[in-house]
Amino acid sequence: MSELLQFLFSGVTVGAVYALVALGFTIIYNASDVVNFAQGEFVMLGGMITWFAHAAGLPLPLAALIAIAATAALGVAMNKLAIEPARGAPVVSLIIITIGASIFIQGAAQLVFDKQIHSFPAFSGDDPIRIGGATILPQSLWVIGGALATFVGLWVFFTRTLLGRAVLATSNNRLAAQLVGINTNFVMTLSFALSAGIGALAGVLATPITLTSYGVGIGFALKGFAGAMLGGMGNPKGALVGGFAIGLIEAMTAGYLSSQYKDAAAFIMILLVLFFMPQGLFGRKSTDRV
Amino acid sequence: MKKTLIPVALGLAASLGLTTAALADIRLGASISATGPAAFLGDPEAKTLEILVEQLNAAGGIGGENIALVLYDDAGDPNKARTFATRLVEDDEVVAIIGGTTTGTSMSILAVAEDAEIPFISLAGAIDIIDPVKRHTFKTPHTDRMACQKIFEHMQGQGFTGIGLISGTDGFGASMQAQCKDVAGDFGIQIVADETYDPKDADMTAQLTKIRNTAGVQAVLNPGFGQGPSIVTRNYRQLDIGLPFYQSHGVASDGFIELAGADAAEGVRLPGTALLVADLLADDDAQKPVVTAYKAAFEGKTGTPVGTFGGYAHDAFMILTDAIARAGTAEPAAIRDAIEATTGLAGTTGIYSFTATDHLGLDLSAFRMLEISGGKWTLAE
Repeated sequence: MSELLQFLFSGVTVGAVYALVALGFTIIYNASDVVNFAQGEFVMLGGMITWFAHAAGLPLPLAALIAIAATAALGVAMNKLAIEPARGAPVVSLIIITIGASIFIQGAAQLVFDKQIHSFPAFSGDDPIRIGGATILPQSLWVIGGALATFVGLWVFFTRTLLGRAVLATSNNRLAAQLVGINTNFVMTLSFALSAGIGALAGVLATPITLTSYGVGIGFALKGFAGAMLGGMGNPKGALVGGFAIGLIEAMTAGYLSSQYKDAAAFIMILLVLFFMPQGLFGRKSTDRV
Repeated sequence: MKKTLIPVALGLAASLGLTTAALADIRLGASISATGPAAFLGDPEAKTLEILVEQLNAAGGIGGENIALVLYDDAGDPNKARTFATRLVEDDEVVAIIGGTTTGTSMSILAVAEDAEIPFISLAGAIDIIDPVKRHTFKTPHTDRMACQKIFEHMQGQGFTGIGLISGTDGFGASMQAQCKDVAGDFGIQIVADETYDPKDADMTAQLTKIRNTAGVQAVLNPGFGQGPSIVTRNYRQLDIGLPFYQSHGVASDGFIELAGADAAEGVRLPGTALLVADLLADDDAQKPVVTAYKAAFEGKTGTPVGTFGGYAHDAFMILTDAIARAGTAEPAAIRDAIEATTGLAGTTGIYSFTATDHLGLDLSAFRMLEISGGKWTLAE
C-alpha cells in the first residue's frame, strides 16, 4: 500500500511539472494556432534567472518575480522581433520560427549564465512529509499548487473575461476578430507575455526538484507538449489532465513493470489516445466548412 | 569558434609597440566540447588548457620555445570533431592533439590522428579508445570498468554480497552499468535490483522504492553523471532508505554536494581523484604538489572550484609537454615515442606510466575512495 502511495506521489510530482509546462503551451496556441517550441526555454529561463539573481544576493521571492517578469518581457520581444514580422506566414513556418528562437535562447543562456547545473533552496525546506509510509517533498506541493492555480486562472481567463474571449476569437478568425474591434496585435503580445510568464513560473517552482541548466528546456518542452497533446491542445483542462496522466503512467510503469519501459509506456498511451481521439481527451472538435 | 593565443600575443606585442612579433614555435591542437550537451565537462577542460598554456609561456615555454594552442569547440558532435581534427592536421599543422571530451568525439579524432601519425591524448572514459592499443592514441581518464572495480573492492571489504543498481540511460550511465554487471562476479557481488532512469527525469522515487523493497539489497550504486545522480541522492534521502549509497566518479566534484545538498549527500561514497581531497593528502604524497598547484591556478583564474574533468585536460597537457621536453624536438614521431616512455609522472588523476601495451597508464590506486561528511570530502580508506 505504501508502495502504491509512493508511486502515486512520484507520479504527481513529475506530472505537476509536465502539467505546468503544458499549460504554458495553451495560450499561444489559442491565440495563433502556433505550437511554441520555445516554451521549454521559458521554463529554463525561469529557473536560471532566479538562480542567477538569488546567487547575486537577492531574496528568493524577489529573484523569482524578476525571473518571471524578465521572461515575460522576453516573450514579448520574441513576438515583436520574430513572430510579428512573419505575420501572414503559414502556421508551420511560425512553428519553425519558434524552434529557431528556442535554439537562440538556449545559446544565449549558456553565454550569459554558464554551462553548469544549478539549483536554489526549496521554498519550504527539504524535510519530506510522511503520509502512510510514503513521502513527498514540500516543494512538490508547491508545484502541484502552482499547476492547479494556473489552471484555474486560465480557465477563468478564457471563459469569463472579455480579454480571454478576444484571444479565442483571434485564434478562430483573425480577420473577423479585427472587424469586431479586437486589437489582434495586442492579443498576440499579451499571449506571448502570459505564456512566457507561466513557463517561467514552472521553472521557478520546479527547479528545487528538477535542477536547472541552460539545456533543460528541450526535455521540458517535449514532455509538456506530450501532455498538452494527450489532453487536447489549447484546452487548459486537457493540459492539466494530460500532464498528470503522463507523470502517473511513467511512475506506475517504473514501479510495477520496469523503469526501462517507462518512457515507452507513456508514449504508447499517447499514441493510443490520439489514434482513437485525434483531438486528445478534451480537445475541441475542428469542423471544416466547405 | 576558433581560438588561438597567437592573435592575443600579436595584439599584445602591437599594443606594447614592439616591432618583432612573438611567433610561437610549437603548435598544439585541441578539439574540446566547450558547448553542447557535454559542455559541463568540456568547459573546464578548455579553460584548463588556456590557463596552462598561458602559464607555461609566461615561464619561458619548453626550452625557450613558446606553445601556441589552436583550440576548437566541437560542441560534442563527432562529425564536427572529425572536421576540426582534419583541419588541425592539414591547415594548422599541429604536432599533437588533445581532446575528445566525449567518447564519440574521441573516436572520430582518433581515426584522423592515426592516419596522420600525430600523437593524440583523449579526455574521454571508454576503454575502447585504447583497447586494442592504437599506436598514436593515449588517454588520461581512468575507465568506468576501473571505477566499478574500485567500488566493488570497497563493498567487498564491507562484506556486501547483494546490491541494487540504479543507472542513467545516457552513454556514461549505460556504459558503466554494463561494465559493473560484467565485473561484479569477480568480487562475489550479485546485482539483485537493476533499475534505470532518463537523465532528464525529475523524480526517481519510484525506482528507488522498488530497489528498497527488493530482498537482499545491502547497498545501492548509482552510475551516472549530470543532474540525475543529484536527484537520485535527494530522493534516496527523502525515502530514508538507510543503506550505504555509492555514486560513480562521474559526479566527483564539489558541485555534486552543492546540488544534492549536504544533508542528502551525507555518507555518500564514490571513487574520486586526489584533486578533490588536495588538502587531505599526506605531505609525502607524490600527487600533492601537482594537485595543489593546479587547484590554485584554476580556482584563482576562473573563480570556480576544480573538477575531475578539468584535471583530465591538465594531465593530458602535462604528459604532452613533458614528452616534448624529453624528446628535445617537436617532431610528432619523437613526441609519440616520448609519451610511450613516460614513467611515474604524477598528474591530478593518478600516476602515469605508459608502455607499448598500456596507453592508459593508470591502475586502481589512481582512485581514492571518498566519503562525503558534513558537506566535505573525506578519505574513506
